[in-house]
Amino acid sequence: MHLIYQIFIDPFVQMGNAPDLLVQTLWEGLVAGVLYSLIALGFVLIFKASGVFNFAQGIMVVFAALTLVGFYEHGIPAYLALALTVAVMFGLAFAVERAMLRPLVNQPDIILFMATFGLTYFLIGFGELVFGGDPKVMIASQLGLPKGAVEIKMAGGLVSLQKIDIAAAIIASLMVAALAVFFQKTRVGRALRAVADSHKAALSVGISLEYIWVIVWFAAGLVALATGIMWGARSEVSFALEIIALKALPVLILGGFTSIPGAIIGGVIIGVGEKIGEFYWGPLLGSGIETWLAYVIALVFLLFRPQGLFGERIIERI
Amino acid sequence: MRAPAGPQASVGHVLLSVEDVSLSFGGVKAVSNVSFDIHKGEIRAIIGPNGAGKTSMLNIINGFYHPQQGHITFRGETRTRMQPHEAAYGGIARTFQNVALFRGMTALDNIMAGRTLKMHSSFFWQLLRHGPAMREEAEHRHRVEEIIDFLKIQDIRRVPVGRLPYGLQKRVELGRALAMEPDLLLLDEPMAGMNLEEKEDMSRFILDVNDHYGTTIALIEHDMGVVMDLSDRVVVLDHGIKIADGPPTEIKGNQAVIDAYLGVAH
Repeated sequence: MHLIYQIFIDPFVQMGNAPDLLVQTLWEGLVAGVLYSLIALGFVLIFKASGVFNFAQGIMVVFAALTLVGFYEHGIPAYLALALTVAVMFGLAFAVERAMLRPLVNQPDIILFMATFGLTYFLIGFGELVFGGDPKVMIASQLGLPKGAVEIKMAGGLVSLQKIDIAAAIIASLMVAALAVFFQKTRVGRALRAVADSHKAALSVGISLEYIWVIVWFAAGLVALATGIMWGARSEVSFALEIIALKALPVLILGGFTSIPGAIIGGVIIGVGEKIGEFYWGPLLGSGIETWLAYVIALVFLLFRPQGLFGERIIERI
Repeated sequence: MRAPAGPQASVGHVLLSVEDVSLSFGGVKAVSNVSFDIHKGEIRAIIGPNGAGKTSMLNIINGFYHPQQGHITFRGETRTRMQPHEAAYGGIARTFQNVALFRGMTALDNIMAGRTLKMHSSFFWQLLRHGPAMREEAEHRHRVEEIIDFLKIQDIRRVPVGRLPYGLQKRVELGRALAMEPDLLLLDEPMAGMNLEEKEDMSRFILDVNDHYGTTIALIEHDMGVVMDLSDRVVVLDHGIKIADGPPTEIKGNQAVIDAYLGVAH
């Protein structure tokens, strides 16, 4: 009886008693969710255009962030370092297409998936060789990102919002909007959607797969860079960040592997769900539920919508 | 029979020639030492029993497969390893045996996708939806609307193609190929799975394309009636080998062809 009270009643009583804490928790969940969305977005871009689940997206985030900080540490001004990092991500996309995708064209998806594992370990090794294994500090303030917090009086208390989090939310929204316009309104965007729908039909109208692949991997690289800056600014830049790729998995299951809005909304649901769960129900289960709650949410979701929130329903005519 | 039939009808010069082409997958020979040519302006049928290598032949012509032996000469240019997008650039369009459309897009967008290679405005203007990009888009829309009228699919232009019945999907696919304004159009079983009425419509479209736009057409078809009606010349494949080549009247009476279809013991 007591346990039932603790699970089903008490957390809600707490929420009602301290609405400012609830708002604070929601905000933190939202911010974490935005970052999850960004990572998931990188996956979706590549999955849509090539059907490859890119395991290396997580390490691309680390690699982009390390490159940026590395350039800065060599005395290059922050904004120039940012531009150079963008160029490096383009180089990476180009190299991936040449050395990995092109030789493996027409191979089963699982082969390409394994190849992205290879890419992951290559990037870890290469990154450690060039930048060393020590954690680094993101050059957030040098890039003009705000510091400190704003306190807002609401819900009968004070809610504190980190300025960097507000910036992250705005930048993520702008990025998503830009990608949406790019996909919907440009010729290259139309070609991308065409490739996502049918490789052979796209080839037959004269779309070059090589060109499209470089573009999506570059776009995923830019998303990785943005994620790396935001995430790095909240903690530090280290290879440990690589595991956030695993956080994207429940987001993708929730949102559907092919949907950009799905990645965003899925990310926010997972982020908010995690923080709320941790804060209100965590003590009951001895804390630490943040690490697995996302998977439980995704699993429950799978039972009802196997194609995800916005995924395309698979209908096979028989 | 299409009048005037026979070799005299194909007065144009050679547009494409296949020379001594062989292709095998592992130990299976899909095509062996096949040679034939396609004249400008003609309708050329490729027929044969199942597994004869017809689709492989089309895939070789538009660069999906690269033959291990032999080569293809298109408009006087010989290529050994042509990529599909290069073939498209060179003026070869095609449709597929099991319709390959962009399922998420509308019929209109699918056909617009066929104009991809004809659009040149810069990325910057496209993002702004302004200036040259808008003019260009409007121009291409105009051409695409002409094709839509020609194929009589006005009322489905806003429908996502995944929802259309099979016969209409095939028509949209033809529209997409036409939007490329090709010199050579490859049709892989354009009438498969259609009823009589749909077949008649499709036959008429194919003839009209050939007449009005002067497009050279190579088509694979199983329906003999259609083949005899439409084509100027027919090449017959069986087990990857060419067994006959000539005008439909001649092919009809050819003993090797009859044997291949009826499965006479060799």
